[in-house]
Amino acid sequence: MKIKADTGRCIGAGMCVLTLPRVFDQSEDDGTVVVLDAEPPADLESGVKRAVQLCPSGALSVEE
Amino acid sequence: MTEATPRLATYPLARERAFDPPDELARRRAEAPIQRMTYADGHEGWLVTGYAEARAILADNRFSTRPELLHSPIPQRSEFRSEPLTPGFFIRMDAPAHTRYRRLLTGQFTVRRMKQLEPRIQEITESRLDAMEREGAPADLVESFALPIPSLVICELLGVPYEDRGKFQHDSAVLLNLSSSIEEVRAAVQDLYSYLHGLVLAKAKEPADDILSGLVAGGELTHEEIGGVGLLLLIAGHETTANMLGLGTFALLTNPDQLAVVRDDPAAVENAVEELLRYLSIVHIGPTRTALEDVEVGGCLIRAGEAVTLSVAAANRDPERFEGGDTLDVTRPAHGHLSFGHGIHQCLGQQLARIEMRIAYPALLRRFPNLRLAVPAHEVPMRSNMAIYGVHRLPVLW
Repeated sequence: MKIKADTGRCIGAGMCVLTLPRVFDQSEDDGTVVVLDAEPPADLESGVKRAVQLCPSGALSVEE
Repeated sequence: MTEATPRLATYPLARERAFDPPDELARRRAEAPIQRMTYADGHEGWLVTGYAEARAILADNRFSTRPELLHSPIPQRSEFRSEPLTPGFFIRMDAPAHTRYRRLLTGQFTVRRMKQLEPRIQEITESRLDAMEREGAPADLVESFALPIPSLVICELLGVPYEDRGKFQHDSAVLLNLSSSIEEVRAAVQDLYSYLHGLVLAKAKEPADDILSGLVAGGELTHEEIGGVGLLLLIAGHETTANMLGLGTFALLTNPDQLAVVRDDPAAVENAVEELLRYLSIVHIGPTRTALEDVEVGGCLIRAGEAVTLSVAAANRDPERFEGGDTLDVTRPAHGHLSFGHGIHQCLGQQLARIEMRIAYPALLRRFPNLRLAVPAHEVPMRSNMAIYGVHRLPVLW
């Protein structure tokens, strides 16, 4: 599982941070997504998928 | 052969029960989650009541929010299309114009920044509860609790003097009142805009540690644009949470088993707030978008120029997404609701709203374990005539 984040699309809503703060953060500067762990352990998979699903701008994706 | 269903003539606003969307919307959803609707000006557009369809449209930038393209789903707002856009009013802009404004603000509303406000929001909440105790029952919960908390918080964040609340609360009530004439709305916008523009000019001379001063110092926006941004954030920042607090408390008081969970189980509060957001869906109409090109949604071809009105309330009750969604169940997984919208316009202040609600509901219910309505439930005046639904007043005893 590899997380890809498109900061150009990100609108800084914070849904990923709210869902999985171990993996996602927001930049202090403009609030866009910062991926703390792009290849998180398998036990976080459902949380990652939920964060991807909840992202309002479609900025997040996962490669298997 | 069955008879063709008569088309819905404009969007229904009247609610049969305090907490449910109009029955007409649920009937339409059961019939077809996306269907034709005649708009107030005669335009043949669409009504979307299904969750999947509403979410898809909100996420799709081929649908525009620009006011000059909009058709109104209700007769009261038909003339508003020709109104000039207030500078900086980015909720009514498409990308990339919208992106530029939003990017200047998102850093101020991150999950971390909002968490840092927790102690201050707790302090404000406790001081309102102290005042209620001092003044004694009965009280109007809207005036003494639901409205002051988010108003104080957004005033401090933006740098708007709270003493001026009489003015902005009055103007925003006129703006949101669906019975206001276009002249009344225009005057209220002008009044509030002049006020905020004046504040921006004052902050240019004497900056403070607040969002408006920060935008002035950043130098990327004109003072006129910052005035419009301030207008948008001030209204969005207090009316919404205020109505969630008022209506949410009313809903909990009429569902005592749910109330007990919110009062007694701190671990349940986070999800309870999401469920209250889903169940109550205070956005009373729309949003409405306009297709910029032909787009297929849910098997229907929406042509360029056609209007699409979503019912967030109906989508949030869609049984395909939320089973038994007409019941308030604070333990159900409620994430994914559309109450803050979806797509690039999803609520900028949602993390602030969440923290305000997570603090305010349990604090109120713990301070006053015997909180109850001071009037029969059917006498609580509902905001059926306002763009943001809720209660006008909530008389309570404890």
